[in-house]
Amino acid sequence: MEKTKELQQIEDQFQTFQILDEEGKIVNEEAMPELSDEEMKELMTRMVYTRIWDQRAISLNRQGRLGFYAPVAGQEASMIGSQFALETQDWILPGYRDIPQIHYHGVPLDQAFLWSRGHFMGGQMPEGVRVMMPQIIIGAQITQTAGVAMGLKKNKEDAVAITYTGDGGASQGDFYEGMNFAGAFNSPAIFVVQNNRFAISVPVEKQSAARTIAQKAVAAGIHGVQVDGMDILAVYAATKEARKRGLEDNGPTLIETLTYRYGPHTMAGDDPTRYRTSDEDDAWEKKDPLVRFRKFLESKDLWTEEEEEKIVEQAKEDIKAAIKKADGAPKQKVTDLIGNMGEDLPANLKEQLEYYKEKESK
Amino acid sequence: MAQMTMIQAITDAMRNELKNDEKVLVFGEDVGQNGGVFRATEGLQKEFGEDRVFDTPLAESGIGGLASGLSVTGFRSVMEIQFFGFVFETFDAIAAQMARIRYRSGGVYNAPVTIRSPFGGGVKTPELHADSLEGLMAQSPGLKVVIPSSPYDAKGLLISAIRDNDPVVFLEHMKLYRSFREEVPEEEYTLPLGKAEVKREGSDITIVTYGAMVHASLKAAEALEKDGISAEVIDLRTVSPIDIETIIQSVEKTNRAIVVQEAQKQAGIAASVVAEINERAILSLEAPVLRVTAPDTVFPFASAEDVWLPNHKDVVAKAKQVIEF
Ligand SMILES: Cc1ncc(C[n+]2csc(CCOP(=O)(O)OP(=O)(O)O)c2C)c(N)n1
Ligand SMILES: [Mg+2]
Repeated sequence: MEKTKELQQIEDQFQTFQILDEEGKIVNEEAMPELSDEEMKELMTRMVYTRIWDQRAISLNRQGRLGFYAPVAGQEASMIGSQFALETQDWILPGYRDIPQIHYHGVPLDQAFLWSRGHFMGGQMPEGVRVMMPQIIIGAQITQTAGVAMGLKKNKEDAVAITYTGDGGASQGDFYEGMNFAGAFNSPAIFVVQNNRFAISVPVEKQSAARTIAQKAVAAGIHGVQVDGMDILAVYAATKEARKRGLEDNGPTLIETLTYRYGPHTMAGDDPTRYRTSDEDDAWEKKDPLVRFRKFLESKDLWTEEEEEKIVEQAKEDIKAAIKKADGAPKQKVTDLIGNMGEDLPANLKEQLEYYKEKESK
Repeated sequence: MAQMTMIQAITDAMRNELKNDEKVLVFGEDVGQNGGVFRATEGLQKEFGEDRVFDTPLAESGIGGLASGLSVTGFRSVMEIQFFGFVFETFDAIAAQMARIRYRSGGVYNAPVTIRSPFGGGVKTPELHADSLEGLMAQSPGLKVVIPSSPYDAKGLLISAIRDNDPVVFLEHMKLYRSFREEVPEEEYTLPLGKAEVKREGSDITIVTYGAMVHASLKAAEALEKDGISAEVIDLRTVSPIDIETIIQSVEKTNRAIVVQEAQKQAGIAASVVAEINERAILSLEAPVLRVTAPDTVFPFASAEDVWLPNHKDVVAKAKQVIEF
């Protein structure tokens, strides 16, 4: 397709926002967010922790002890950086891969594991933790975010709603509807598209004729920005700005983070060698978010190997304990699940409850 | 003849039709290079090219609309919905649009679309993947709904579905994809849509069922045999329209019946079958027609699946209840 100058001009406005390059050097000093040394160390801590958690989750899955799992390695900056810009009162509407963000927003590890295992307790969010159950239906969370954001505004809360989807998810009608609603009602919403280049096997180039996903904000009349998703400082700064914009009643923001998932789509039989090359994998691993942020922190004498080793050990210990705790969750019964079908149990379910009491007693 | 799993038979049927008719297109999410998440379209893009077998952007509503639109330009679409739990996204495109295109155009347009989709429980998928939503489809006038229970049936029925000039929802039970192999002819053959099959003859009770529950019912029939009860098992194969004739013939012989479905009880296929029997053969009945179904809850979380799903023991118990009535 040959694009007209006018179209190209619009597309060209969406250049990748970066603060930290692959070598860990600051390339955009003026955009540098205000973060204390401790906060920067916390960002690194969380990324290291998440990488270990991911490795453990993959191996637990292979042992048949975890259930559903969508690997996150490669996307740590995009996930951790965006969540770090939030406050406790903000809402997160995650997709199935966005477990690190909801963990750092207050969902305990063992509960995340229960969600993976398909246990209803995985969806029982603790009091005060403003997180929806990870969404399976791609796009459904995006229109709901417009609703949460509207509600927050009507309640006059100092809070925003953030949602996550992928490059594939940006093809759903719900994606446009969610952005358009939030724009039309001027609601404090943030739509993050983690563009990890693939929707299972389908490359992002096949999703759309648009050069960027960020530019799709234009059609909804909202702000859009494309961010280097391997650069935690850029992701943090962009999300922080989007949050401020929402709170100041200046509308929603679409953030596209350019990232990559190193692993398979999920642990349920996906084989990435069927659709991408190891050259592509290697090129992206050179952009690794942990490597570059570690270099940056080391250059400021803020990070040591010993510190990192401690975090690795801590993560392993926590995960072991969390799995043990998850193992202790009560066995799920159909009779318990029937009770969650509605406020009052209709006659058909009352009868079926009796049948299943009998069936489960055998 | 070759030994095939159901998934291989399905691939074979699509290959046959892609060869047979250049207007046949196969598309959906991940169906191209990846060969589908279950490998149902394995090798098809390589063999027939990206023009005929292709990935779409991730949007089920778009996929359904695409198929409808392709219909009026002369194409015959085989669209995949990656898991049937996602069909809600494209319910309008299917039930409101392609199902009515012939009616609304007074017969000028039609939609020769096959909607293929994996469904059904027992394989511990994440939430919203395994729902048995055939009842919703069956309640939508203008759609045929086909559910094979074996590799042989899958191939013959899928070829018929693709050749049908109206939309056919073709539901593939995930548990049956690779659970067994059987002889499937390599050459083409068709099986009629709307026609049930008597899987096992019997004289004391009729068990009407479809999909994975055919196997639970056959197992139950064997158990009943040991107790001196001779059960006839009917596999509907098409759940809309229902082959009433085969059912009534059987019930007139056995005078008793149960209907077994994996789906929830309310509304649904089993309820339709019971009503048809009551309307047409009530005087042949020695006992009420009872149903074996899942309870009226959302499809359960993975670890509760095994108990939630009906099994052969539930079938045996219900059959005995009818026999002893
Ligand atoms: C409505 C819907 N359609 C299809 C799927 C199956 N599916 C699960 S993940 C996925 C790809 C998603 O890709 P993307 O949005 O890029 O997110 P990523 O997995 O790469 O993070 C698909 C097709 C689904 N879960 N929901
Ligand atoms: Mg993706």
